[in-house]
Amino acid sequence: MGHVAMTEPVASAVTLHLGDDGILVAAMNLPGRPMNVVGQALMAGLQAATVRLAEPGVRGMILASGKADFCAGGDLDAIARWTRPQEAFDTTMAMKAVLRRMETQGKPVVAAIAGHALGGGLEIALACHARIVIDDPSLKLGQPEVKLGLLPGGGGTVRLPRLVGIQAALQIMTEGADIAPSKALPMGLVTALARDRDDLMALARAWIDAHPQAQAPWDAPKFRFPGGDSRAPAVAAMWSIAPSVASAKTWGNLPAVQHIMSSVYEGGLLGVEAASEVESRYFAACALSRECRNLLRAMWFQMNAVKKGASRPADAAPSPKVQRLGVLGAGMMGAGIAHAAAKVGIEVVLIDTTVEQAQRGKDHARGLLDRAVTRGRGTPAQRDVVLARIEPTTDFQRLAGCELVIEAVFDDRAIKADVTARAEAVIGAQAVFASNTSTLPIGGLARASGRPANFIGLHFFSPVDRMPLVEIIVGAQTSDATLARGFDFVQQIGKTPIVVNDGRGFYTSRVFATYLMEGIAMLAEGVHPRSVEVAGLQAGMPMPPLALQDEVSLSLSLHVAEQTRKDQQAEGRSVDEHPAMDVIRTLCGLGRVGKKVGQGFYDWPAADAPKGSEKRLWAGLSSHFPVAADQPAQRELIDRLMVVQANEAARCLGEGVLRSVADGNVGSILGWGFAPHEGGALQFIESRGVAAFVGRCRELAARHGPRFEPAPLLVRLAAEGGGLPGP
Amino acid sequence: MSDAFIYDHVRTPRGKGKKDGRLHQATPVWLLRTLLQAMQQRLALDTALVDDAVLGCVTPIGEQGADIARTAVLDAGWAQTVAGVTQSRFCASGLESVNLAAAKVKSGWEDLVVAGGVESMSRWPMGSDGGAWVLDPRVNQALGFTPQGIGADLIATMEGFTRDDVDAFALRSHQRAATARADGRFDAAVVPVCDIAGLTMLDHDETIRPDASLEAMAALKPSFAAMGAMGFDATALRRYTTVERIEHVHHAGNSSGIVDGAALMLVGSKAGGERAGLKPRARIVSAAVVGSEPTIMLTGPTPACRKALAKAGMHPGDIDLWEINEAFAVVPMKTARDLGVDLERVNVNGGAIAMGHPLGATGCIILGTLLDELERRDLATGAATLCVGGGMGIATIIERI
Repeated sequence: MGHVAMTEPVASAVTLHLGDDGILVAAMNLPGRPMNVVGQALMAGLQAATVRLAEPGVRGMILASGKADFCAGGDLDAIARWTRPQEAFDTTMAMKAVLRRMETQGKPVVAAIAGHALGGGLEIALACHARIVIDDPSLKLGQPEVKLGLLPGGGGTVRLPRLVGIQAALQIMTEGADIAPSKALPMGLVTALARDRDDLMALARAWIDAHPQAQAPWDAPKFRFPGGDSRAPAVAAMWSIAPSVASAKTWGNLPAVQHIMSSVYEGGLLGVEAASEVESRYFAACALSRECRNLLRAMWFQMNAVKKGASRPADAAPSPKVQRLGVLGAGMMGAGIAHAAAKVGIEVVLIDTTVEQAQRGKDHARGLLDRAVTRGRGTPAQRDVVLARIEPTTDFQRLAGCELVIEAVFDDRAIKADVTARAEAVIGAQAVFASNTSTLPIGGLARASGRPANFIGLHFFSPVDRMPLVEIIVGAQTSDATLARGFDFVQQIGKTPIVVNDGRGFYTSRVFATYLMEGIAMLAEGVHPRSVEVAGLQAGMPMPPLALQDEVSLSLSLHVAEQTRKDQQAEGRSVDEHPAMDVIRTLCGLGRVGKKVGQGFYDWPAADAPKGSEKRLWAGLSSHFPVAADQPAQRELIDRLMVVQANEAARCLGEGVLRSVADGNVGSILGWGFAPHEGGALQFIESRGVAAFVGRCRELAARHGPRFEPAPLLVRLAAEGGGLPGP
Repeated sequence: MSDAFIYDHVRTPRGKGKKDGRLHQATPVWLLRTLLQAMQQRLALDTALVDDAVLGCVTPIGEQGADIARTAVLDAGWAQTVAGVTQSRFCASGLESVNLAAAKVKSGWEDLVVAGGVESMSRWPMGSDGGAWVLDPRVNQALGFTPQGIGADLIATMEGFTRDDVDAFALRSHQRAATARADGRFDAAVVPVCDIAGLTMLDHDETIRPDASLEAMAALKPSFAAMGAMGFDATALRRYTTVERIEHVHHAGNSSGIVDGAALMLVGSKAGGERAGLKPRARIVSAAVVGSEPTIMLTGPTPACRKALAKAGMHPGDIDLWEINEAFAVVPMKTARDLGVDLERVNVNGGAIAMGHPLGATGCIILGTLLDELERRDLATGAATLCVGGGMGIATIIERI
């Protein structure tokens, strides 16, 4: 039986095919875009489809997609252009009017989902009477809006709680996590699972056959929320603690999370139509919030620019994929890099001083792969294929044929120089040699190289398997071709590259250190240590400064600081010592050098301590650093911790260490977890206004010392009345 | 301005606030009717002389809803000219009723007001009336809502009161209440509750444990540790940044009991009392309410007491006996410490840990208990205070005539 009786482009975004079985197949296929995004064009198409559905002889509609994905979500470009809340309100209300008409017109509409249905895409599916999804574990369903500071404004906060219950809906929307089809079925999010595309269409037709008239459950007269509406006692108990549970994670920094809860709560007391308007009110509040603007800018626009290669030399040809990689040093970093490369099909030669150490590096990769198998993200066979690509050895001759060698040996110039020479003796003339140093300037290390144009820094973050960023450091002699090779390799292994110029600590380590130092300086001033820690978390940083310093180790920071001072004195520069250094020296003198010895600012639980044991601030801190009677407001502490980082990032930009604002923001969020809701270290300045930021720096400098003097670049920009350069 | 005097007070015994509690089968309006009729009879009161009934009720829904004060006045057969108003200041409602009555009298607008409150916690559980503070996530977030027990444990942590300290206080509450009951010190105030057939339902406070022991109490698990770990501790500690973690020391044995009960107090001017042929027993010297930090919630009594004392031109040392509501053991312990008051002068006949805290009535009950004890010991001045939900405090100072 041929289903396609006629094809007509009713509206270009949705193609309609009416089969001779009376079923209209509507395929979303937005012209000129790789994915379907929710916007005016798509809604006009859905509107036309609904009109067509109403015609006599049409008995139901299958809503499908002409693209790989069902629908990827809202049109973020459009959202970013809004300047007034009314625009956000009106746009979502108009979209929802189309969906509501489709939902209430009486004939069955089935969403046939063969690819990702996310955000607005899932909301379209929720407005259908049934959702049939191909049972593909990689197919993503979800409401990820919260990650960009938004809430589902297309009816998600209205329909989802009515479909799966308030608690499950809250979890989906406040966490923004993807849901696999097999998990969506038992929670009631989808109606049925299909084996493949044919099965999908067959099940959709069968559903229409079985439901000649269709109505959303919430339009039935005796509808009840699964698990109860906001009035139900069990739900009320949940509401009492939900804000606390959410804020324990967000520290109140994401209004979207609060607004999602409010929209669901208030909507859970109202009818569908009123709930939908309330949703649009909260959506408008989210969409115009500072946090959403910051997140959109950094995590969408600037991230896209970074990924599209804005910092890659424009005229450098795409490098051929790396086939064979050498990794020198099989410690945590080297092993992590080997694992990341092997995972994408690269042969890896993993070298260390003994076979045992090299083998231990490979075992680290094995551990990561085993964990993936346990969690259902890979098969034992896939694991073995990846592992077979890693060759642990002590033999530098095995580097022959490597297009790229990355050294991840101890941060010691002599050792690095030695391995550089030994590797370059083997590898081809075109091969690139990269150092994974986090602090030593690349120019100095390149002096050990016979071909400094092929020498580059590739700064990975620990743990490599979880950290998405690689900071690429361009030395004075590094060629564009070498940079392009490094850039393409980083993308080849699925990580995000930012490109910076050479300098002590480069960008990430240098700015990150200011966060720790500022926290420690506060302790020296008599601020209660927990207030310092809370300030870091309230600021939106993933870890508080003192605990983080314990993780990094105080002795390491002392070593680096003293090395820096020696270097700078050798260069004839005088150095103001940071007030934190006294504190670090005192603790190191007491043997409290950090987590690795179980004691630093904290007493850390011993390895054999009972499960659930927590670290506790060392009780002796107050005898060395007495807590002052007058404590500053938290707001003040938060501001200091952030301003000091932002100002250092601006110095990096002014000195040319940073090459772009986008790299600065994306690098700060991905590299050391700089508060995402602030949009990154430079957006922190931009969103406050450069002039205001400069003024604030001066206030802080007067109070706390010259480290707060505003970056010269900012002083200049403030005088010119401009903002930071770039998109 | 006329003075406000206390002429009489009565209360029901407090029954365990569960399905097997002895007052569970009594409706809340029945509790009030019992007291209104008892008060009328023992004073031979011409109820037409009473202007208003001001009653507290914290969960005014269902059969406790719709202005139970007016309902009870009519149901008890009092003159229909007696109006009735129901109010809630959370746990302070019973004392708030007395203070409002006193204010009405002192203003000269009314001469005789019956004040008090009721709470049938077994029938209308605490919190079952909802409220934006707890339920509305926007408001909950803005106010930093945590359950009171989290605040109680936080106070204990900050004040350095250990589990042993609060357990010892709780034990003393039971011992003192047991002694007082055995000595008949509650007899004058307690009106037995009888059913519609005249059968006695309860004639004594049901939850006092004369055999309470530190050993038994030590076996009780902290009540707020689990919910604290789910997120409430974090909310509290975002405001109290110098506290690293909350030590959870309060449990069912050292916190106020959930009970059913009601209380009334007759407040009037000199002229109003004279018209009714009554002799005043005490003068209401001053009263105060304050708002305090809402997340820790329970630190209101100290500033409320200071405010009431200042209005009266008095100092803590001028007060002979104190009633500080035992919402949690730590509340009277901290309040007494703040005010420099010896615990030997606080809650001398036990408190809500032993006898329970019927939310709408407790303030009225403890003020009555205070007056009875001042008379028994022939002392002059007393202060009653309670911590209050939402971060408030209330205090009332009285002196015997």
